[in-house]
Amino acid sequence: FCSDASTEMGEGLDEWAAAKTLIKPPDQLELTEAELKEEFTRILTANNPHAPQNIVRYSFKERTYKPISYVDQMAIHFSLNGNMILKDSDEGRCQNARLSTEADSKIISEEAEIKDEESTEDIQAAGEEEAEETGTAEAAEAAEAEELPPPRPKERKLANQFNFIERASKTLNNPLRDRACQSEPTPCKNFSATANQWEIYDAYVEELQKMEKSKEKEKPRAHIAKKEEKRRGRKSTSLESQSDDITKVSKAAKIMERMVNQNTFDDIAQDFKYFEDASDEYRDQQGTLLPLWKFQYDKTKRLAVTAISWNPKYKDLFAVGYGSYDFMKQSQGMLLLYTMKNPSFPEYIFSSESGIMCLDIHNDHPHLVAVGFYDGNVAIYNLKKPSSQPSHKSSAKSGKHMDPVWQVSVLFLSSNLLLFMWNLLCLQNELVHTDVIKLSVEGTTMQGPEGLQLQTFGCGTSFDFHKKIDYLFLVGTEEGKIYKCSKCYSSQFLDVFEAHHMAVDAVSWNPYHMKVFISCSSDWTVKIWDHTIKTPMFIYDLNSAVGDVAWSPYSSTVFAAVTTDGKAHVFDLSVNKYEAICTQVVVAKKKNKITHIQFNPVYPVVIIGDDRGHVTCLKLSPNLRRMPKEKKGQEVKKGPEVEIAKLDKLLNLVREPAGQAGR
Amino acid sequence: MLEETLKRIQAHKGVVGTIVVNAEGIPIRTTLDNSTTVQYAGLLHQLTMKARSTVRDIDPQNDLTFLRIRSKKHEIMVAPDKEYLLIVIQNPCE
Repeated sequence: FCSDASTEMGEGLDEWAAAKTLIKPPDQLELTEAELKEEFTRILTANNPHAPQNIVRYSFKERTYKPISYVDQMAIHFSLNGNMILKDSDEGRCQNARLSTEADSKIISEEAEIKDEESTEDIQAAGEEEAEETGTAEAAEAAEAEELPPPRPKERKLANQFNFIERASKTLNNPLRDRACQSEPTPCKNFSATANQWEIYDAYVEELQKMEKSKEKEKPRAHIAKKEEKRRGRKSTSLESQSDDITKVSKAAKIMERMVNQNTFDDIAQDFKYFEDASDEYRDQQGTLLPLWKFQYDKTKRLAVTAISWNPKYKDLFAVGYGSYDFMKQSQGMLLLYTMKNPSFPEYIFSSESGIMCLDIHNDHPHLVAVGFYDGNVAIYNLKKPSSQPSHKSSAKSGKHMDPVWQVSVLFLSSNLLLFMWNLLCLQNELVHTDVIKLSVEGTTMQGPEGLQLQTFGCGTSFDFHKKIDYLFLVGTEEGKIYKCSKCYSSQFLDVFEAHHMAVDAVSWNPYHMKVFISCSSDWTVKIWDHTIKTPMFIYDLNSAVGDVAWSPYSSTVFAAVTTDGKAHVFDLSVNKYEAICTQVVVAKKKNKITHIQFNPVYPVVIIGDDRGHVTCLKLSPNLRRMPKEKKGQEVKKGPEVEIAKLDKLLNLVREPAGQAGR
Repeated sequence: MLEETLKRIQAHKGVVGTIVVNAEGIPIRTTLDNSTTVQYAGLLHQLTMKARSTVRDIDPQNDLTFLRIRSKKHEIMVAPDKEYLLIVIQNPCE
């Protein structure tokens, strides 16, 4: 704006006024001439006087209001929204098309018959509008009918610049199901073991046994009995496995019992093992018998010990036969086997109806005990089998003895001098006897009624087989004679000794010397013989009926005898030829007769049985076991030769006078 | 047979008690009261196993036959078996 305008206008106004009469508006400023001539400078700018000059805007960066540096100076005086469309644009074309179709509907009726190419050309030159019209006119001509307005061109879809359409599809998701299956847990067991040396060893041993068993099964089995045994064996094992058998502790219980006994009888056991009577040194060749254990069993209290024998295999085991020597009163008998390890109770108990008179244990089969009964029967007990009855027993059929069986020793001797050889036939399980000898005593024929001559047999009471010479044996009789017999001659004897005045209770060959034997009798005497000489070498009078005599196993010159007055006498010929070196009362009560004595083959003990059913074990003191003393510088000779020589020396002393006198 | 043996042992002079223990250490027969029995059985079972192991370790062909423990007051004797253990307590006469 020109600020001069106002002045010019003023001047103009002034001129007009001059021309005319000056008309002054009523509110005109009254200015002085000076003020009227004042020049006001007016500048023409492009600024918009209405535009604000101090717009502030909040700056978030500086967090203050800051003035804008430039303000828009545009002033809009007038604006009008138009509705004009560009012809060439899509919208424009659409509109044209719409308009033209409306117009054509009127034109078709007029130009339907005319076919003008020129007109079409003209129309084309004119504009697209007309081109469209002709196009549609032609189409209309082609159509040639009172048609409705031609189909409009399809409206095209609006697409984005990539011409990309997204398509997606989703498959059906099957609903998930959870299915589980749980099996039964396998039973678990905790197992722990240690691999020791012995566990390994045990496993190997088991394997070995299995192998052996399988080998055995391969062998053909012909014997039916074995099969039966096997069946029985199977049955027994099945039974055992069923029950929680406490009987398996029996072995342990046995050991335990022995230990308990050992504790109780501790001092005795110590004595047995270690005690040597030191006072023997001062006793000047006399010895003593130290009582150790006493074996008794309540059921045998009324029975007398009729036989004792040591087991050849187990040196602490001995068998005792019980019966009665009172021939008016005969009762039942018992066979007990004791061990020194258990003094309170016997190991094996067998009872029998008839009193036992004698017993012997087989040398090779130490589990077989042969027993002779008062009623003439003979039985064999098998210790391995648990039954309390004998495994084999003779009966009237198999030929028993007519009279009490007095001595048993693999062969049996009966009182009427019938020596039977009893053979145990395993397969047939019978006791079969074969006569060995049937002695008839010469010169004792009796006149019986009606003049019959009866030959009475002598009654045998004891016998003994020679240790080395197999066929030779001695038989002692009730009359006091001793017969020397041989197995080869069954009806004749080799020799007879007029030994005693009463029954010969025991005969025994010397274990070392071939020719010497000893005999004892109820006529109070013990006699030692050389079997080639008819008269005895030594005679000892013991003041009482001698029940039994036995040689010691360790010395050829030591023997022991027991008498019915309860004494035991031990003799050692090399020490004292005429007297016993030990005479001792062994049994407690009076009127207790000792019936038998036996030396233990290994230990220095003897066992003595009496007629009250007691068996006492005694230890021999050192004096009784004297071995020949060595001369200085010489070795101590041991062995049977020495023993034989020792006895020979003694006998020679005796023999010469006897030889001179007797023969 | 076994019953008689056990009875005899129990009746023997000085014997305080008898216990039979099975392979697992459980007492199956006793003449003592329950608590004592259980105690003896458990302890002696272990000891016997150890003793047996010792003996066999040294020589596998060997085996334990008997075990004896002597104390001031009495003597405990243990007899082991294949499956059982027999324990006897005795006052040895001295």
